[in-house]
Amino acid sequence: MAIADQKMQDFSERLTTVNEIKGRSLWQDAFRRFFKNKAAFASLIVLAAVVLFTFIGPYFAVWSNEEIDWSVLGQVPTKGIPSFETGHFFGTDDLGRDLYSRVIQGTQVSLLVGIIGAGIAVLVGTFYGAVAGYFGGRVDSAMMRTVDILLAIPYMFILILLLMVFGRSVLMLFVGIGLVSWLGMARIVRGQTLSIKNKEFVEAALVTGVHPFTIIFRHIVPNLLGVVAVYATLLVPEMILTESFISFLGLGVQEPNTSWGALISQGASTIQYGTLWQLAFPLFFFVISLFSFYFIGDGLRDALDPKDR
Amino acid sequence: MNALLEIRGIKKTFPVRKGLFQRVKGHVNAVRDVTVDIERGTTLGLVGESGCGKSTLAKVLVGLYPPSEGEIRFNGKPIIRAEATERIDTARSIQIVFQDPYSSLDPRLPIWRSIAEGLSIHHEGDASTLWRRVGEILELVGLPPNAADRYPHEFSGGQRQRIGVARALIMDPEFIICDEPTSALDVSVQAQILNLLKRLQEELNLTLLFISHNLSVIRHVADKVMVMYLGAVVEIAPARQLFNAPLHPYTRALLSATPIADPKLRGRRIKLEGELPSPINPPPGCTFHPRCPLANDRCKREEPRLKPKGDASVACHAVEEGRTE
Repeated sequence: MAIADQKMQDFSERLTTVNEIKGRSLWQDAFRRFFKNKAAFASLIVLAAVVLFTFIGPYFAVWSNEEIDWSVLGQVPTKGIPSFETGHFFGTDDLGRDLYSRVIQGTQVSLLVGIIGAGIAVLVGTFYGAVAGYFGGRVDSAMMRTVDILLAIPYMFILILLLMVFGRSVLMLFVGIGLVSWLGMARIVRGQTLSIKNKEFVEAALVTGVHPFTIIFRHIVPNLLGVVAVYATLLVPEMILTESFISFLGLGVQEPNTSWGALISQGASTIQYGTLWQLAFPLFFFVISLFSFYFIGDGLRDALDPKDR
Repeated sequence: MNALLEIRGIKKTFPVRKGLFQRVKGHVNAVRDVTVDIERGTTLGLVGESGCGKSTLAKVLVGLYPPSEGEIRFNGKPIIRAEATERIDTARSIQIVFQDPYSSLDPRLPIWRSIAEGLSIHHEGDASTLWRRVGEILELVGLPPNAADRYPHEFSGGQRQRIGVARALIMDPEFIICDEPTSALDVSVQAQILNLLKRLQEELNLTLLFISHNLSVIRHVADKVMVMYLGAVVEIAPARQLFNAPLHPYTRALLSATPIADPKLRGRRIKLEGELPSPINPPPGCTFHPRCPLANDRCKREEPRLKPKGDASVACHAVEEGRTE
């Protein structure tokens, strides 16, 4: 019933808006649908709040992320608990550093890793996949077999090797994640391109003499963006998880830098001393952010439904 | 003769690749030797069942596929040859209206960009002249000029097909190929599009190649009709003659299959047996002989050539020999 009501409501809305003179693009329609999706919209707000927190939070911090509070050192389970009096809102970590500032820093690093990883995937993967799919034939075979070969290499192994050989730095982490993140995207984009390039509007463009690369950028890529947007939002948490795993192993982000994975790792290692907050705070941000990304991805997928034309 | 478009011996084959190494295992003979002239200002109707090569021929004519053999002359100048890889620029005066108005417009672009794409490629005029031109063309096809910045999903099927016609017209073509422009539309809208095309043809002195599997539509628009079967032309005749006195047994079967509303006017139905043979392995002799009621031994051995008979041309041994039953 609820679905039927929703449909009727959509329908009546369409009827009432049909007289508008100004055209509404598919993107505008998609945004309207997205904002109607409560879970996705709420997730967007949560995520925005998390991002905002990383920018505004430092102004409220009493301690910096590197300072060691010597007064709690050695008595962390009793004196390092979260409290407003000491200025350690989230408590301190095992070395007496302020967890509030550390969580902010970790959030920034982790989100950055996720967004840069997904960004590389979008840029490289979309272009690579669209070119392979559009030109087809031997070009396609050569390009996609390359992707298959790269995918067959256990990337975690390569990532760990890279970090061991070239030193553990955030930059190396970006390089490693960037190397593998675009492969799945390229495959998805190529598949979509294959179905789009046989549409008559591409033939129409060919008949009028449009250059192949112009066709890719003007006709193919805009029609792919729905899929790309969905996949990219789902890729962000995947990248964050990868980074967290690497950092959890102790290979990723190095001190004094930190990330969600590193913080969770430290929190988990001291859990038997009763300092539960050291695990709880980073984990809380980690979990709500990942949930938000997944719900947003889900909402985008519904909003940009390719069946809708 | 004032032929605008001369199609000379066009053949198009597609290789069939199979196996691990994609070796060529045969050819699909999509279009087998089509030769026809289309006179200026007239409409050539092209009929045939699904898979007989109608659309392939259209795509060869607009340069989407290079022909395997043959040549196409436009205004006496050769524009498409089997060996040439690029179309010569005069080919822009050949435009096409596509079959499916739901996939022939880019859903992400406002329609004026789809319509003006051809012009902007050839760098004609600045944005404001483009915009004005789009408005003019939209009025010509019966759409309000302020529809230009709307998106395809805001239009009905018939309106989209008008947009498709507008896109073809903006290039000032002399020749338009209509590849089943009405088959995806409702019957009531089909008539509107057909009348639009007829009106435009008169106003702009257009020459049309009208492809359809709907004989009633062809009868309404065509001056001359070409019937294709399995990639080859079996009959070309002036429209009136073809519908009144069809010669080729395939044409007769096609015509008898047209639904007629009045049961008293219905004649005897000629039912064709069997399926359309595979274009990879066409039957020897006349490709129509396995399904032809008039076939004899000669039809099984010898392929008939298109020969003139009165105003028409027909490729059939039976017609040639005067066998009718």
